[in-house]
Amino acid sequence: MADVALQPGSTAATRTAKKRSSLRNVLGRKSTIAFLMALPLILLIATLVVYPAFYALHLATLNKSMARFVGFGNFEFLFKRETFWLVVKQSCIFAITAVLFKALLGFIIAHFVHNIPAKGQRKWRGMLLVPWVIPPAMSTLAWLWLFDPSYSAFNYTLGLFGAGPIPWTGDAMWARFSVILVNIWVGAPFFMIMYLAALKSVPDQLYEAAAIDGANWWQRIWYVTLPMMRNIIAITTLFSLIVTFANFDIVRILTAGGPLDHTHIFATWAFRVGIEGSDIPLGASVSLFMVPILAVAAIFILRDIAKRGNEA
Amino acid sequence: MATMTIDKAGPTRKVKYGSMSRDRAWALRWSYFFLVIFVIFFLTPPVYMLITSLKSSAEISAATNPWWVSRPTLDNYVALLTSNQFLRFFWNSAIVSILVVSITMLIAVPAAFALSRMRFWGSTILGTGVFLTYLIPETLLFIPLFKLFVVFSDWTGIQLINRWYVLLFIYPTLTVPFCTWIMIGYFASIPKELDEAAIIDGASWFQTLTRIFIPVALPGLIAATIFAFTVSWAQFLYPLVFTTSTDQLVMPVGIITTLIKGDVFNWGQIMTGALLGAAPPLIIYAFLMDYYIAGLTAGATKG
Repeated sequence: MADVALQPGSTAATRTAKKRSSLRNVLGRKSTIAFLMALPLILLIATLVVYPAFYALHLATLNKSMARFVGFGNFEFLFKRETFWLVVKQSCIFAITAVLFKALLGFIIAHFVHNIPAKGQRKWRGMLLVPWVIPPAMSTLAWLWLFDPSYSAFNYTLGLFGAGPIPWTGDAMWARFSVILVNIWVGAPFFMIMYLAALKSVPDQLYEAAAIDGANWWQRIWYVTLPMMRNIIAITTLFSLIVTFANFDIVRILTAGGPLDHTHIFATWAFRVGIEGSDIPLGASVSLFMVPILAVAAIFILRDIAKRGNEA
Repeated sequence: MATMTIDKAGPTRKVKYGSMSRDRAWALRWSYFFLVIFVIFFLTPPVYMLITSLKSSAEISAATNPWWVSRPTLDNYVALLTSNQFLRFFWNSAIVSILVVSITMLIAVPAAFALSRMRFWGSTILGTGVFLTYLIPETLLFIPLFKLFVVFSDWTGIQLINRWYVLLFIYPTLTVPFCTWIMIGYFASIPKELDEAAIIDGASWFQTLTRIFIPVALPGLIAATIFAFTVSWAQFLYPLVFTTSTDQLVMPVGIITTLIKGDVFNWGQIMTGALLGAAPPLIIYAFLMDYYIAGLTAGATKG
């Protein structure tokens, strides 16, 4: 705009002025300022996220002392180990079961909160979100104490009803149950909050229309609520799948992978092998196995967000 | 089809008509009933922390009713709050979290402003990249990062492993992408007319950011700050990998590695420590619940 106004008067003068301060022009240009503002972010992501990610690929091809290139040697070694396949199986069971129950529980609780009068909802929501707010490492300690082999408060309570003591973290199946239970406890409130926000965005008219058409509560959920919440359900589940699959704190503190590696998942086993066993290349190889599943989830999330961007 | 719907609607409608309000009253009662059950399930661990923290070691090992305190005592709190080691953990956690929050905001806010308002070469790719980095879990990067810092110390002679300040470099990888992402969402929702008006009035880009965007997007900024603080306070894996000396540990790792000595579990003190470690996020949550929830839902819904 300003250029147009100036042009008829003194074209030559502005041209020389432009030449003289071309560096200042580049620095003053909008896109340059923007780039400089984003530069710390770019540097951070490049040096501490992208570079380490590729460095992990490099590490995975070295031998234990990191002196010799072994190609796919670490992966071949892993494929031959029974523990590795146990870890793969357990990670999948852990992530899928936990996410499924978190989603289900979150959905149910969100409905109950949505059902009660609006002025009481805040209080209930506040109490129900507490497990998500406490640092997982701290709350898992409380669970560890609740599951304690000799002083378990749960077993004491069960004993009052005549039920036998349960080896919460001692037996393989019970230990798996326990880590999944704690994970559900930590994660369900997040689903509840997300679903509650989604429920509130469903217009009441749809329910009124469904009620007039004679839909029962099940039909109302199936044909009105679920289609309206589809997006949120998908994205929350995918998010949670990534976080749960890559979980570390809960398993590490509750069972540390035991008994006999029967609760190890990728992250805890990578820690055991890579940091505690100081075989960094092998640990890097183990954690790299998380990438395919995380990538698939990430692609679906991105697709979903792009789709919603187009709708808006 | 038409006859079928009529058949169905006939009898059922009559039954429902009379009992509508009674149905609703029952639904409400059931809702409260199940909510109470879920609240009990969700609050049992923290309440049990509190119960145990008030017990003496003698009472815990006597194995009386675990849900009841017969002789409440504050000994565990006194023991921890007068122990230099524990105060050191608390101090380390506090300083790390506060510095990480400041670093995060200094990086995330200008970047979010640039990405949401000013286009430059590669800015759309960067926006997607920020979101992707947010999806990368820390368990994928801890081994290469650890090795990277070892190599770095070998080359430069600057020792970063086993120093609390190494966390200042690492935590931003967790907090910055998310905070940038939600700030982009908040900035994008500010009407364009507002910053155009500021530019016409002669404001520079920097002034537009500090005088217009930050005040208007303050709720988003608070939500991002809370998120960054909670994440840095709760982080467990990175300090476990990068710090080992007891004077360098942060709260969660410190409690777990020092209070659990071999097979001797001093549960009274462990639960007290866990409760004190959970206190700062809980206090922030109690006072700023709405911002906390806004940040939580914005992460996945803002696109």
